Order: sequence, then structure tokens, then C-alpha cells
Amino acid sequence: MCGIAGLWNLNGKAAEAHALSRMIQMIRHRGPDDCRIHTDASVGLAHARLSIIDLAGGSQPMSACDGDVWITFNGEIFNYVELREKLIGKGFRFRTSSDTEVILQNYLYKGEDCIEDFEGQWAFAIWDSGKRKLFLSRDRLGVRPLFYWYQHDTFLFASEMKALLANPLVARELDPVALDQIFTYWCAIAPRTIFKNIHELPPGHNLTISHGSAVQRRYWQLDFGEDSGVGSLKQKLAGQSEPQVCEELTHLLTDATRLRLRADVPVGTYLSGGLDSSVVTALVRKFTHAPIETFSVAFDNPEYDETPHQKTVSRFLNLERNAVSCTSQEIGKVFPEVIWHTEQPILRTAPAPLFMLARRVRERGYKVVLTGEGADEMFGGYDIFKEAKIRLFCAAQPNSRLRPRLLSRLYPWLPNLQLQSTEYLKTFFRVSNTDISSPLFSHLPRWGLTSKLKEYFTSELREQMQPAEDLTELRSLLPSDFERWQPFHKAQYLEASLLMPGYILSSQGDRMAMAHGVESRFPFLDSRVVEFAAALPVPLKMKVLNEKYILKRFAKDLIPDSVRNRHKQPYRAPEGASFLCTEPEMEYVEELLGNAQIRANCLFKPRAVENLLAKFRRGQAIGVKDNMALVGILSTQLVMTQFIKQLGGRYEASVAQVHY
Amino acid sequence: MKQALRKFITENFMFAMEDVQLSDSDSLVDKGLIDSTGILELVSFLEETYTIEIHDTELVQENLDSIDALSRFLQAKMNSVAKQESCS
Repeated sequence: MCGIAGLWNLNGKAAEAHALSRMIQMIRHRGPDDCRIHTDASVGLAHARLSIIDLAGGSQPMSACDGDVWITFNGEIFNYVELREKLIGKGFRFRTSSDTEVILQNYLYKGEDCIEDFEGQWAFAIWDSGKRKLFLSRDRLGVRPLFYWYQHDTFLFASEMKALLANPLVARELDPVALDQIFTYWCAIAPRTIFKNIHELPPGHNLTISHGSAVQRRYWQLDFGEDSGVGSLKQKLAGQSEPQVCEELTHLLTDATRLRLRADVPVGTYLSGGLDSSVVTALVRKFTHAPIETFSVAFDNPEYDETPHQKTVSRFLNLERNAVSCTSQEIGKVFPEVIWHTEQPILRTAPAPLFMLARRVRERGYKVVLTGEGADEMFGGYDIFKEAKIRLFCAAQPNSRLRPRLLSRLYPWLPNLQLQSTEYLKTFFRVSNTDISSPLFSHLPRWGLTSKLKEYFTSELREQMQPAEDLTELRSLLPSDFERWQPFHKAQYLEASLLMPGYILSSQGDRMAMAHGVESRFPFLDSRVVEFAAALPVPLKMKVLNEKYILKRFAKDLIPDSVRNRHKQPYRAPEGASFLCTEPEMEYVEELLGNAQIRANCLFKPRAVENLLAKFRRGQAIGVKDNMALVGILSTQLVMTQFIKQLGGRYEASVAQVHY
Repeated sequence: MKQALRKFITENFMFAMEDVQLSDSDSLVDKGLIDSTGILELVSFLEETYTIEIHDTELVQENLDSIDALSRFLQAKMNSVAKQESCS
């Protein structure tokens, strides 16, 4: 796993090695083991390597035997062993035992369709000099990142946006529309990013640059429809008994884990103490008797801490538990660095502990971890799915006094909600007729609440926006038969195609791990597991209000019952307390939220920010909204400081040898 | 009393909304000022400031959803407290 970058001067000008070098240096954290550049007239590819497979032979950029086709690749093709065998059988010859060469040879064999054979997580660029074509691809679900910029006859791409911003051709400007989307959906909708003119290649897409044009093509789509390939799998599963479904799931998850253990370096796991990461850890345990290290976050505040559950699982599986103790103060301290890596404003501090966790993984000498990401999206674990179900249930009998009580059962860890009267619960979760008929029904309350933060935007900023609440841009991206899908599937799709790549796998995933050169791998996001989960009958995902029903059943005897049956606790971290009311207060917080800096950036109303800070200092800011506002404003100010006004500064990569 | 209520609401729920006008009869929920946390903030403010106890059954929009409603509710509450004290 690595960092990639590249450029193509379409006007024929020679590719500048120093420009490439500057770009790749910005993301050396992704690949500290080696760094190389290849130029071919007007095209240049760069690679920062984190060596995991074929430590000796896997250097990049790599060329196929004839030297006409070159690749720079970030990620893993987990089924490369099988594909290599197949290609050898067809007469292809390999010089290395790396997965990188398998991509190249499969490209030579099948052209752009090569990606259909890949089980993995990837972002790569192939330069086909014979065809004068640059071919970029990103994995199905958006595990590995890929960004590009294309203007004035120059095409640039990179794993992270900071590498593009480091090219002097790229103007560093904030996109107000993206900011509005982040303050609605928690992320910008790809291809849009927080930086003007920098585009994200959306998950499941290829991009081909040839003959002066750029064509973006979707090669895969998460699908819950009846009419597609998933439809036949659906029918098959609908006819199966629960034990049969469980057996199939066991087979798939076991194989997905087996493939993800392929590495020439030791592999650890993340263990939160919840169902998903415990399942992954238990599956890893099945494959090896060697000691496995697990890595966990512990909080000093019991409201967020899951230590007892982590210990239960570690004892049960006889594993060594490594925990990073995380205090509010430390979250505040690392936050600027966290934003340097998320490269976009965020509304929660949850990425910060994961940043600290990856640092610990690296200190312990690990480069690869398996985690439980994707299970909540694919097997129906999130509360938003449950909430939508209850809201529909309440709407069916609007006068019922009992039904709204279910809402307080939804979030047992939110004392604020437990204390509500039925009357007010009904008011807050009121469902209008327009909401019910909306295809986005499940997510309207979350987006509505988040949108309230826009009250802080200055009128100057608002004038430059097309408000995301009108949902037009989002609706235009929905699959054509989306309206006909079941409500539960619609909610799953929105969560897995928007928040998962835009926030969970990036701000909380790739960026936090790769900040320390750690690669994360996700058995639940194996394409076979994903398609299986999409086709499962809804009641097997949520039985009445029992989330991830089939996964819990599958996990019987695999993990302790107390962990298997516990109410899902969302992963959260302290917010306001990390930045304000600390002793002494963080200097950068005071500076960035102070009147002068707020006025200078002209994004947020100075009086409103002042009042928000005052409310925190009075100890009265206890709600989600105030806390999200604080984190959102502070992280936006950090993006302005670290990316727009001046790039990096103290974070700029130190001297490192680049090989040409 | 209405002034104190208005001050609390402005300082805690409206500080980012510079253009929103609030009349005494406006609904706090409909105006988007109060959410599930807000209602608790409001209730603890009332209990602490006016040394009263608000029961679960009293947590209804009729009592809490506008400055007018709040002031009516508080008056009634304090009258009944005063009555109880004079009886004892």
C-alpha cells in the first residue's frame, strides 16, 4: 500500500521530474519504504512505497516486459495468486511475485476490463505509451483514494489532494458548494471535493485519458434492485433456510479473511469491542496459531469507553490486547494533524483516536490491520436504519401514544433522549407526508439536523452556494430504479455509497491509517460478501428491531455471547471538551476561532462563533448540534490555514531520497 | 419574566440566527430553535432559575413551546408553589 502521483502534459511538454518529486514528497507518509519516479517524454509516474507483498521485487513504477506499459499502484489485489496462475497458464511470463505485475499482465491480456477480475482495494494509473493512453481505476467501494485535476492541457492525479495542491499550476481555492454539502451530508459528493477544480474519481469508476479527452466510466454499482444480477441471488437466498444462509456466509467471510491475510509482513487487527471487529478478529484467529496483536482505543471517559468488552474478546480468543488510552486533551492536541490528513472539514472528532491508534500500530512494527468496517452498512447495523423503520411505523398510526416510545429505545446511550416525554418525541421525530414519499426518507432527519449548522455561514458565503438541502445533485446520482427499492435498501445504499466512501473509509479510514503508513483491510467489503449482503432478505438483516440479525447468528460460538448480544454502541469520541475548557486552552483553538481569524476567512459569522464559544465556556453546550458546530468550524478554519493560505508549512515532507 | 426567557432563548438557541425574529407567540419547535437537547437545556434552566420542579407529564408543547406559553406555565407553577407554601 502506497502513495501514487502522476502527470501528463498533453501539449507534449516534457514531464518535469521536479514537479513530480514535489507531489510525491507530500504523501511520503503513505509509503515510507521507497520512493521512485518514472518519466516518459510528457508523462510522469511517481510512487511512494509501503512494502507488503514481494518486498524485494515489487518496486514501482513498474513496467511490463516490453517497457511500453507502466503502472503506479496503491492497494492490494488479494486474489493475485490465483490470477497469476491463470495468466501463466495462458502463456504470460512474470518477473516478480508481486500483485502489481498481475495488474499489468491482466491489463495486457484484457485491456480495461482487467479490473473485473480483481478482488481487492486499489487505485492505480497505467500509462500505455503505445496507445498514448492513461488509464486510472479505483476499487468498487472507494477504499483507496484517487484525485485528479485537468486543466490547460495538463492532467494531474494523486492519492491525496495535497499532492495536487503542491503543483504550482493548481490554484488553492475552497469550493463553497462542497462546504455546504459537508455541512449537510458530512462529506462532499464525489467527484466534487472541498477544493475547487480538484475531482475525486468516484468508487467503482475508471477514467481514461486519450486523444485529448477524459472519459469517466462506472464499471460497478452497489445494487439492491430486483432486475439486476443481484435479483437472481436474491431469489436464491429467499428460498434458503437460516442455517443454509449462515453456512454460505461462513464460507464467504472465511474466504474473504483468508485472502486478506496475504502479506509478507505480520498482520494485526483492530478490536473495538463490538460485533464486527470481534468477528474479524475471531476469523483471523482461526487461520493462525501464531500470536496476533489486536489494537484498541480506550477512553478515560466511560461514556465512550469499550474496554471491558475488548478485554472479554481478547480473553476469549487468547490474544494480546494493545490499547491506546485516549483523553480529550490528546484529541485536541492531534486535531490539526488529523485535518492535515482528512483534507476536508469534519463534524466529529472520531477520526482523531484512530489516528493515534494507527500510530501505535506502526510503533509496534505492524503495517497491516484487518478491521470490521463495512458490516454496519452491508448487514444493516446502523441506528439510522432502525430509526427509519420506527419513523415509518409511527407514521402508520400517527395518533398512537405507544409507538413513539420506541424512539427512546433507539439510542439508550443518549440520556437526552431517554428523558424526553412521549409528546416531544413525537414532535421531534414527526414524519410529514412529503418525507414519507421521499426516496431519501431515512436520511432526512440527519441531514436536517446537520443543515442547521449553516446558520453560522456568512451571507457572503451563502451567496456562493447552491444549497445542498434541495438534494438535486444527490438525486441525480441515484440508480435509475432506486424509487422501486425497499425502504431498508434505500437507506443502506445511501449510507454505503455516500457516507462510507466520503467519510468512514476516508476521514476515519485510509487517511488516519496511512498517516502512519498502515494499511487497513476489510473482509466485510469483499465484493462477494457485499453482493451476498445486498441480496439478503431484509428481515435477516434486521429482525424486528434486532440489527445485523444474521451476522449475530453466524457469530454464535465464534465470539463471547455478551459481546454478540450487546446493543450496538456507535463509535464516538469527546468533542467540545477536547478544545475548550481545557487547562490551559489550546493555543491554536483560541487563535483560529478568535475574532480576527474568523473575520479573515469570512466563512462564519463572528458574533455567532463568539456566542458558541461563550456557551461552551459556560458549560451549557451539551447537545450534538453545538458540538458538531464547534468541530465543523474549527476543522474548516484548519483547512483554510493548512491548505488554502499556505500549503503544509510544518508538515511538508522532510528530505527523502527519490530514485529516478 | 418574558424578558428573561427571551434572553435565555436568544443566548442559547438563536445565537447563530441573526436574521430570525421571534415573537412571544412563535413556536420554538416550528422555528427550528429547539431540538431534543434544547428541551432539556430549557427545562434545567427553568428549574434552576425559578426553583420549581417540572414533571414528565408537563413536558408538552402546550407548556413550553413559546415565550407566551412558557410564561403562562411558569406563572401557574409558581402560584401553586406559593399556595402550597402558604398552606404549610
